[in-house]
Amino acid sequence: MCTTCGCGPEENNHHDHGHDHGPAHSHTHDHVHGHKHEHKHDHHHAGTASKTISVETDVLAKNNRLAAGNRALFDQKGVFVLNLVSSPGSGKTTILERTLRDLNGKLSFAVIEGDQQTDNDAVRIAATGVPVKQVNTGAGCHLDAHMVCHALDNFDVDNLDILMIENVGNLVCPATFDLGENHKVVVLSVTEGEDKPLKYPSMFHNADIMLLNKIDLLPHLDFDVEKCKEFARRVNPGIRIFDVSSKSGEGMDAWYEWLAAGTRKQSDGGA
Amino acid sequence: MHELSIVQGVVEICESAAAGKRVLAVVMEIGVLSNVMPDAVEFCFEACTKETLLDGARLVIDRVPGRAKCRKCAAEFTVKAYYEKCPACGEYKVDILSGEELRVKELEVE
Repeated sequence: MCTTCGCGPEENNHHDHGHDHGPAHSHTHDHVHGHKHEHKHDHHHAGTASKTISVETDVLAKNNRLAAGNRALFDQKGVFVLNLVSSPGSGKTTILERTLRDLNGKLSFAVIEGDQQTDNDAVRIAATGVPVKQVNTGAGCHLDAHMVCHALDNFDVDNLDILMIENVGNLVCPATFDLGENHKVVVLSVTEGEDKPLKYPSMFHNADIMLLNKIDLLPHLDFDVEKCKEFARRVNPGIRIFDVSSKSGEGMDAWYEWLAAGTRKQSDGGA
Repeated sequence: MHELSIVQGVVEICESAAAGKRVLAVVMEIGVLSNVMPDAVEFCFEACTKETLLDGARLVIDRVPGRAKCRKCAAEFTVKAYYEKCPACGEYKVDILSGEELRVKELEVE
């Protein structure tokens, strides 16, 4: 059994409820499964009063508890942690590659790569010499705190300045799951259209940093940078925006300065 | 579709609360700003509850409306999304008062 999160050895992302439901469960075997029940179960309970139980439990409570555990570990070890979120193809991996190469020797990094399938991104990150762990979510559309908790086993957390978590490319689902990060960083590329913050408000509301990427392409596009930023600030008035090109390197220095400042603050005990 | 993992969480919470009793109904609160679609939750609920204590249970979803308070003029108003401005003064800086709920409220058990 995992001592960090309490999960069993066979378990990965969801818990098996086993067959310890007791006699109350035996009725299920009277039904043929795999079809919609066309009748209610009331006839089973003639004469037995049902009982209402007040639960009042947040559905995300378990993920939030594991995220809080991750965050406590990061705070204790002084690791600055970013959760990079975006639609597929915005340039998250390229931003990471450039950042890792440019800051090589100045800060120590590790990377968790989340994708449904393949280790293509992990291979690209490994080529920079930075420790990387690929997490394949299979049918899953996001990383959760449990996956991050286990991925940490692959790193020397004691000697780490920054952990970059590249989430599954998806502007919807990763918004809901806290991983224990210091900041959610949303990447939006200028080829995607300036109204993305309004179309996917949860993500832009929950992120506090936005990297507007591929600005080297602006001369070829009708993308309205100011309008895009105005939309992002409508959804999240406090969002901090960096204009960058991970290809040309334009704007990356400001991002690096912010990274270095966050890392210093976290290692001093609180980012 | 993260609603699948949401519903897996719901099943886990309900089985724990039901303590072995068969669940007849589940009441959930899903706020309009919660980033979770009730239709998708209903779709996943039937699949995720098979062969659990919740098999055949009725799912009742209470939609919680979004309410916000303007940081500038303190007006309170209803919002359907995060980007709505204050109808009184036009300010976008608002605090969300409700609408982000994602909770199992109560169960009806045998």
